[in-house]
Amino acid sequence: MSDSAAKPRPQFKNIGVGDILVNYRLPLAGKVSILHRISGALLFLALPLLISLFAMSIASEQGFAAFSILASFWLVKLILLVFVWGYLHHFCAGIRFLILDLHHGVDKVSAQKSAGVVLGISLGLTFVFALKLFGVW
Amino acid sequence: MASSEKIGNKRLVVGAHYGTFDFIVQRITAVIMAVYTLILFLGFLFMSGFTYEGWLNLFTFTLGGFFPLGKILATLAFFSVAWHAWIGVRDIWMDYVKPVGLRLFLQVLTILWLIGSAVYFVVILWRA
Repeated sequence: MSDSAAKPRPQFKNIGVGDILVNYRLPLAGKVSILHRISGALLFLALPLLISLFAMSIASEQGFAAFSILASFWLVKLILLVFVWGYLHHFCAGIRFLILDLHHGVDKVSAQKSAGVVLGISLGLTFVFALKLFGVW
Repeated sequence: MASSEKIGNKRLVVGAHYGTFDFIVQRITAVIMAVYTLILFLGFLFMSGFTYEGWLNLFTFTLGGFFPLGKILATLAFFSVAWHAWIGVRDIWMDYVKPVGLRLFLQVLTILWLIGSAVYFVVILWRA
């Protein structure tokens, strides 16, 4: 109470895209939430592409080899990595939402904490995958 | 009873419950996909090297040489993807697209996109 009186929080009215992207600082849980939506939309839009790649990889020995060659280009690796991040984030954040739906950890402190855990795990796993994909390890 | 007291489990529930149904479907399909992801991941871990046969076997393994369990699981998992994505993408249109005509158009497009994807997936999977 006292610190809000000392330093008034900024108020946003008639929020537009500019406010959302630049001025408004979303809490961690809010970032996890909007990234859940963005990663979901990304995966939805990528479905035909991902199924095509999957089709190529399971169709035949030659298709599998062709997929391996395709996946050796760094640009393709980068695109695949974006989808891997999308999947991992959607997966981890989704499990968090399922737990929240069971009324576990809905208070402010634990919700912020679990949002941090989700970001840490999904970005960490993406990083491990990147190392593997680019042959560092 | 004043209407302000009808909250929580005393809430007066009306309507066709489409929202509740979709809410539950989205969560059940999420659990199905998560379980399938773990099954694939375990299968991947026990693969002896990343070969075509091993990769194909993850999705086409059979019980007793004839029952196509791998393909059935993959198909059910993809139907979960499609149903889950329908609810999620529909929510996006409902949140951001207000003109009814445009929203309806986008929703129809979404359904076609998902049915097309599901048919494509099933065809390439069961051909393999």
